[in-house]
Amino acid sequence: MSEPLLSIKGVSAFYGSIAALKGIDVEVMPGEIVTIIGANGAGKSTLMMTICGNPQAREGSIVFEGRDITQLPTHEIMRMKIAQSPEGRRIFPRMTVYENLQMGAATAEGGDFRSELARVYSLFPILEKRSSQRGGTLSGGEQQMLAIGRALMSRPRLLLLDEPSLGLAPLIVRQIFSAIRDLNQREKLTIFLVEQNAFHALKLAHRGYVMVNGRIALQGTGRELLERPEVRSAYLEGGR
Amino acid sequence: MSAARTGNSSVLSHALKDALIAAIVAFGLFMLLLGFLTDDSRGPLRLLTRPVLLATTIGIVFVGRFLISLIYYNATTLRYYLGALWTAICSLAREFKIALVVLLLLIGGGWVFFSPKDWPLILITVATILIGVRFGFSAALLVFAALFPVAFYNNPYFLGIAIIILTYVMLGWGLNIVVGLAGLLDLGYVAFYAVGAYSYAIIAQAYGWSFWVCLPLAGLFAAFFGILLGFPVLRLRGDYLAIVTLAFGEIVRIVLLNWVSLTNGPNGIGSIPRASFFGIPFNATETGFAAKFGLEFDPTHRTVFLFYVILALALITNWVTIRLRKLPVGRAWEALREDEIAVRSLGINPTNTKLTAFAIGAMFGGFAGAFFATRQGFISPDSFTFPESALILAIVVLGGMGSQIGVAIAATVMTASFELFREFEQFRLVIFGFAMVGIMIWRPRGLVSTREPTAYLKERKTISVEHVTEGRG
Repeated sequence: MSEPLLSIKGVSAFYGSIAALKGIDVEVMPGEIVTIIGANGAGKSTLMMTICGNPQAREGSIVFEGRDITQLPTHEIMRMKIAQSPEGRRIFPRMTVYENLQMGAATAEGGDFRSELARVYSLFPILEKRSSQRGGTLSGGEQQMLAIGRALMSRPRLLLLDEPSLGLAPLIVRQIFSAIRDLNQREKLTIFLVEQNAFHALKLAHRGYVMVNGRIALQGTGRELLERPEVRSAYLEGGR
Repeated sequence: MSAARTGNSSVLSHALKDALIAAIVAFGLFMLLLGFLTDDSRGPLRLLTRPVLLATTIGIVFVGRFLISLIYYNATTLRYYLGALWTAICSLAREFKIALVVLLLLIGGGWVFFSPKDWPLILITVATILIGVRFGFSAALLVFAALFPVAFYNNPYFLGIAIIILTYVMLGWGLNIVVGLAGLLDLGYVAFYAVGAYSYAIIAQAYGWSFWVCLPLAGLFAAFFGILLGFPVLRLRGDYLAIVTLAFGEIVRIVLLNWVSLTNGPNGIGSIPRASFFGIPFNATETGFAAKFGLEFDPTHRTVFLFYVILALALITNWVTIRLRKLPVGRAWEALREDEIAVRSLGINPTNTKLTAFAIGAMFGGFAGAFFATRQGFISPDSFTFPESALILAIVVLGGMGSQIGVAIAATVMTASFELFREFEQFRLVIFGFAMVGIMIWRPRGLVSTREPTAYLKERKTISVEHVTEGRG
């Protein structure tokens, strides 16, 4: 197989003196969808944040496209071919949809703004309809689409998605996940997905990791994990 | 509307009941306070009663409360009728635009005919309204400002107030960059104003350079101080940032007070070189402005010149801000105000973004300071106290954070009303306080609360910002 696009080796991260990540190893190959699932407080989002350099990893290394990014400040990491749709969406509520998308392209090098815009609009047609509406007036699902669209504007190779299904209706969740699959299949975009919604995430992902208390407890292909009894009992039974 | 109109009688009885309760409470309160009076002016202490005063007071309370509750319960209905009236007026104005213009010209012409002495005032009134009808409110305001000295040439008092107002408009616009756009609460803005004023005064006195050379230098110094303040507060937000900036403002003032060898301490710096008309001084000598242009010497020349200088400076501030908002750096400021984490996740360096906001905001404060110094001819640390900072901040907040026109209106209203209410000395702050409370109740986001988008795709259609939740911060 080729070189991994993102490789996380033995990463530990701390909030003050409390360890949130205890030696995590994760690899993301080009063109893959990789998902991290786990309970609340398992460290999923912290892992995502650590990749972005906030908090920075105290031990271990994070390598993206062959470059060690462990000690880089957040804004420099995000200037590489990585884009993130943060947890809770964090769109700019008082700016219009169009301006939000412009912000996404703020650090894009090369690339044509109009063609990127057209790409995002074709992926999420509703955004084009809402283009002059303020971000804060959008529904939750539309805001999530905007957050993903904004991340795509910088034409990343790796898209980090932190709980895109958070607080959304099942129908919208399905819509978002099918858009993610589209992105991956059509554009060969590599996607790193952190999710609570284990069922959907594992169905979508090529490979998945299960996090428990800051450690990787299980890993395997999405299908494998879906069938593992311990995964089923912990994350899937009693609700999908 | 149906809900508001359900049973006028029930609304009436409700209001009556309300008023009755208020009257009883008032009776309880005022019976002893107003109803009785002790008097010892004539012989022994006597107890007097004042039933008329008591009854009047309670009557006022009763009627007042009755009216308030009547209006309150009928608010929607009332608003409906007022709205309909306004719509009717607007549509009438639209229908008869030409007729309106003709009418205005007729009124103006008649006015000139009957009191020809007032013609400049009439001219600018008519011009302002005409421009306003055709090009909108901002254009009208601009025309009014540009023609102001023509109309009030014989009224140096008004010109003086106008210059003060424009200074505050400029300060408001400068601070608007930091507070309104970048969302960094700055309680020490007056520090940059002071730095600008003192750098102008010191440089102009020491080297004898002209105003136009010193002005950019003053701006540069202030910008430098902006960065100086910016660095330590990079990690702070909200309340914590406010406290540090407040302290910064005080530090600058105290340094100015104590660095006697440079700033002359509490005595201030006097006889600061006055602004000249590009090298030609405004005085009665042979080489003065009046003589050069073949005019009779008049001290108002200088005032008018200063008026146009500060108008130009303020407009430059405004223009730069409007331009910057459309550039990546201005967008980054606004995005920073909305959500700092999102900004970082987009690869924008928040450090640089904040520092540029502080530096550019401070620079305009410095320009205004230099202007202040050259206009006054005398500066001392007393001019740069915390209440100044608070006033400028109030202008920005009341005007509507980030709105240029709102800030201009707020600056005008606040500064002008401070002048108007000068006679009511003690009540000035009370009125000021009431105005603040009123604004916070009816317009909690400031006078102009809509944020004008900087980019459009096809059409200009936006939803009012009232429906949008405030960004975290």
